Amino acid sequence: MSSDVLLEVTGLTTLLGDTVRPVRVVDGIDLEIRRGETFVLLGESGCGKSMTALSLMRLLPPSGRVAAGAVRLDGTDLLRLTEAEMRQVRGGRMAMIFQEPQTSLNPVMSAGDQIAEAVRVHEGGSRDRTPARVVELMRAVGIPDPARRVDEYPHQLSGGMKQRIMIAMALAGDPQLLIADEPTTALDVTIQAQVLRLLKDLQAKTGMAVLLITHDLGVVAETADRLAVMYAGQILETATTDAFFAAPAHPYSRKLMESLPGADKRSARLAVIPGRVPHLDQAFVGCRFAERCYAVMPRCRDQAPVWRDLETGQGVRCHLWGQAGGQPEGLTRGVADAVAAPETALEGASDPEAAAASMLQVRDLKVHFPIHDGVFRRVVGQVRAVDGLTFDLTPGRTLALVGESGCGKTTAGKGILQLTTPTGGSIRYRGDELVGLGHRRMRLFRKDLQIIFQDPYAAMNPRMLVGDLIGEGLQALGIERSRAGRMRRVAELLDLVGMDSDAVDRYPHEFSGGQRQRICIARALAVEPKLIVCDEPTSALDVSVQAQILNLLKDLQDRLGLAYLFITHDISVVAYLAHEVAVMYLGRVVERGRVDEILDDPHHPYTRALLSAVPVIDRDKRRSVIRLEGDMPSPSNPPSGCYFHPRCPDAVAACALSYPEETHLSTTRLVHCLRV
Amino acid sequence: MSLMPVVLWTDGLVFLLLALIGAFVLYASRHEHMRAPWRRVVRSRVGVATIVVLGFYVVVGLLDTVHFRLALDRQGDDSAETRYSPEVLSLLDLALSGLRERQEKTYSAPFATHLFVKEAIEQPDGTLLRDYPRLEYGGAHLEDPARQRGFDIAWRAAWGALQGLVIWALLTAGILWLIARSRGETPAATRATVLAGRTRIPWRTALATLGIMLVLSAVAGELALKYHILGTDKVGEDVFYQTLKSIRTGLLIGTLTTLVMLPAAVLLGIMAGYFRGWVDDVIQYLYTTLNSIPGVLLIAAAILLLQVYMSNNADDFASLVERADLRLLFLVLILGVTSWTGLCRLLRGEALKLREVDYVQASTALGVGHFTLIGRHILPNVMHIVLITLVLDFSGLVLAEAVLSYINIGVDPTMNSWGNMINSARLELARDPVVWWSLTAAFVFMFALVLAANLFADVVRDAFDPRLKGAR
Repeated sequence: MSSDVLLEVTGLTTLLGDTVRPVRVVDGIDLEIRRGETFVLLGESGCGKSMTALSLMRLLPPSGRVAAGAVRLDGTDLLRLTEAEMRQVRGGRMAMIFQEPQTSLNPVMSAGDQIAEAVRVHEGGSRDRTPARVVELMRAVGIPDPARRVDEYPHQLSGGMKQRIMIAMALAGDPQLLIADEPTTALDVTIQAQVLRLLKDLQAKTGMAVLLITHDLGVVAETADRLAVMYAGQILETATTDAFFAAPAHPYSRKLMESLPGADKRSARLAVIPGRVPHLDQAFVGCRFAERCYAVMPRCRDQAPVWRDLETGQGVRCHLWGQAGGQPEGLTRGVADAVAAPETALEGASDPEAAAASMLQVRDLKVHFPIHDGVFRRVVGQVRAVDGLTFDLTPGRTLALVGESGCGKTTAGKGILQLTTPTGGSIRYRGDELVGLGHRRMRLFRKDLQIIFQDPYAAMNPRMLVGDLIGEGLQALGIERSRAGRMRRVAELLDLVGMDSDAVDRYPHEFSGGQRQRICIARALAVEPKLIVCDEPTSALDVSVQAQILNLLKDLQDRLGLAYLFITHDISVVAYLAHEVAVMYLGRVVERGRVDEILDDPHHPYTRALLSAVPVIDRDKRRSVIRLEGDMPSPSNPPSGCYFHPRCPDAVAACALSYPEETHLSTTRLVHCLRV
Repeated sequence: MSLMPVVLWTDGLVFLLLALIGAFVLYASRHEHMRAPWRRVVRSRVGVATIVVLGFYVVVGLLDTVHFRLALDRQGDDSAETRYSPEVLSLLDLALSGLRERQEKTYSAPFATHLFVKEAIEQPDGTLLRDYPRLEYGGAHLEDPARQRGFDIAWRAAWGALQGLVIWALLTAGILWLIARSRGETPAATRATVLAGRTRIPWRTALATLGIMLVLSAVAGELALKYHILGTDKVGEDVFYQTLKSIRTGLLIGTLTTLVMLPAAVLLGIMAGYFRGWVDDVIQYLYTTLNSIPGVLLIAAAILLLQVYMSNNADDFASLVERADLRLLFLVLILGVTSWTGLCRLLRGEALKLREVDYVQASTALGVGHFTLIGRHILPNVMHIVLITLVLDFSGLVLAEAVLSYINIGVDPTMNSWGNMINSARLELARDPVVWWSLTAAFVFMFALVLAANLFADVVRDAFDPRLKGAR
């Protein structure tokens, strides 16, 4: 058994910052990774996952240091090696890939050179063999036409390609262990599926072990053999993947799973974990999760739980499992309300044609950005970010605009609010044409149309008090002219989004991401809009916080009858929140319909591929991934005919000739595809 | 009324600048995002030390900015009109009136008792002797300079130092008492914490710097009563006096220029970045054109133009001081015109970035007007850049003045400035033995100012640069 273990970590403790009040980012964790397995470290942001990986690689930032513990890679204690010896291990026996392929590659070196550098470091040997080895590596990571790609620079490669190059560099030293720190978080689902598949294949071929760090339960379910749940610098639970998803042992794991949105939870509220991850610069007395735990007991607060191995092979750090054997009570308490949900699911959505009068009619909306070139900055082309978008939105309903990055969904949202000037088409709001309105005349409609942004950190002026931020619209549109009246209204709004009214006199940086997003929602609600464009409002947030925001949005819709244009790439959020879905590809809608129609029975090949690439926890519901070849073409030079035909698995010759007209499958459903 | 206040053009601008700084301080003290970086500035040791040094310069400069004309002594008649002297003086002139009036014939070295050049001296017995004559004022109280001078200087320096220490002790006691009161401690406890350097604002450094500066000033003041501590120039004027007078010129060039260029740079820069389109084209065209004209050429042209104007309209100027002042003002204006482009370009880039930021988009979606939006969202978020640029530019401008005066297109030759001092000293460098003191004095004072300003600028930049936040 012991020879089976590749990496053994015992009592690893990492400190960050000064010696007086160090932050214990990693606090005594024990891990075992076996040869050839995929081990996942799961947790929310700020819980110490990445710091663990950096401690293993001994690549901590200058203020960080490993205070205690041992890391044994195949018997060698890495923490006792000299820096020179460690350099041999890094990239050789143990390699690492990072989250952002964009910033991890040197922009002024060609891809081939960067791989060659890694090859030379670890193989030494003859220089003549290096080019051949580079091509071999590039082929191994599935880069088409590697001989040509060798000379390309990072900016010529797509995100997925760059991540492949990173993996090729990591593979150069034939590592026994590959540490992948959120390798797919910055990528689209279809690309994510490709990269995860690639990692699996490579693992099967070379027999290396993979330590995958992620916050995405779907990715865990699809890739992991075993996993560990990390929280506030500690490991709360380890288990095999099957056992974990069958019955998570720790309350935190349970809540994480319940807070995932999905179709089966539509009519229920998502489970939320109140509070936030505690700061790690304090000395903990009891359980670190006690403050947020639904099953908290008095002893949780004054006695730290010890590690317990269960019969199922799981390990857990929780007092609930203190009594010998058996499923503790308490644990299932939070689950009850969510389980009852599926019966009533889809009730709201299946409501046929509540579509009384559509509130917003978008017809053939086009947003093109000119490309200037030459001395005289002449327009030489157009980036067709949005190229003929048509949909209707009815009051009180949610339309989800789904697509991968670069498909123009955000531009479409901004175009509708006239934040980006549309090039053509028509947007009618309650019969009034919005396209072509000037800054001044558009102000009449500003009250009704609002927007919430993706990044709650960038969406608020850091130099303004929260009260002024929320009251800005009231002041600008002359709704509430007196300051006292404004502040009264702001207090109401804060209450509406579930925040204390003392937030008024504080600055945005004093709040967490979830709280900031609430403030942003309050700001949008201040002017009592009828329609809110939600531009990926939860994609920058952790799962448990995402659940809070989704619950809030749903409540607000029920209470205020808001219509949402929900822009997202996250299918599970769509399934949970949306009534209708429009799938976008390269600036155009390829398929549109009710959420159950689209998600259960996609017709367009792109929709099918997109949905199949979404990682799913439930094994029975998994579809076989339809692999799309290549990447999305540039919107400045879309393919002829159907934009999707070069990547389409079902394409026929006619697809290249003209863009397919819309085919109505039912009153609510239309598809742009010749094959339907 | 025994004096009539005179407000020169530059004085007016200085008062305006002071008012603006006052308003800014008031604004900053109410906004946490401005207060926090300033707090970092005053909590750094380099920060407080340079603030004290700069403070001395500023006090001298301000004293030299309050101008007036003294009433002439009435000669018996009680006519209704009080007559005023045509000479415009400043508070500094009054304070240094001793230095100003004790003119020698020509060059003399620092602490000299004799002139630098030999002259024919008529002996009591009627014979002529070619020798270095005694100075009229410098060391005139000594019977036998060769023997007494060293002792006299040492004694006066010690006495001056003692005075400085006493003043310092009084000030320190006052400051400690104030700190103690605000912290609610006994003064003894406060003294202990300050001495141990445990206060958050490094008072120990601040007070030490203050002590050094006070002792140096007191020693210089005491010695200057009886000697020309930095020698005299060609026409026998005290160099120490000239150097002190030059402080105002240097400070004015450094600060007023920024005052002149600021509105243009900030307004045009932000407008270009925010509105883009043709507004951007026009503004870019403007600063690209301005930037491609050699700055020195433009300044030379403008100054020559002014000289022609002034010689044609000589009657418009009541005094030499007013003439010199107008030329200084013009120099400041033209330096402002040539130096706003850098900041403008920086701000345009920043505004281009900010206009796409989510919070600006959110405000647009809320129907906030363009100018409110600029004032509320863009301006406060580029303020740190403005501030950093201003402080960094200051020392460059002080040095630019010296260079421009050196090539005779700077301030009026009658005006005291470091550049003029260097310019007039350069001719004497070929002399043997060398007349080194004018050059050295200007160099030392300018060096101290520019060094302090540069160190201060570094501290300010570190405190305001958002990318450095948390780096320490």
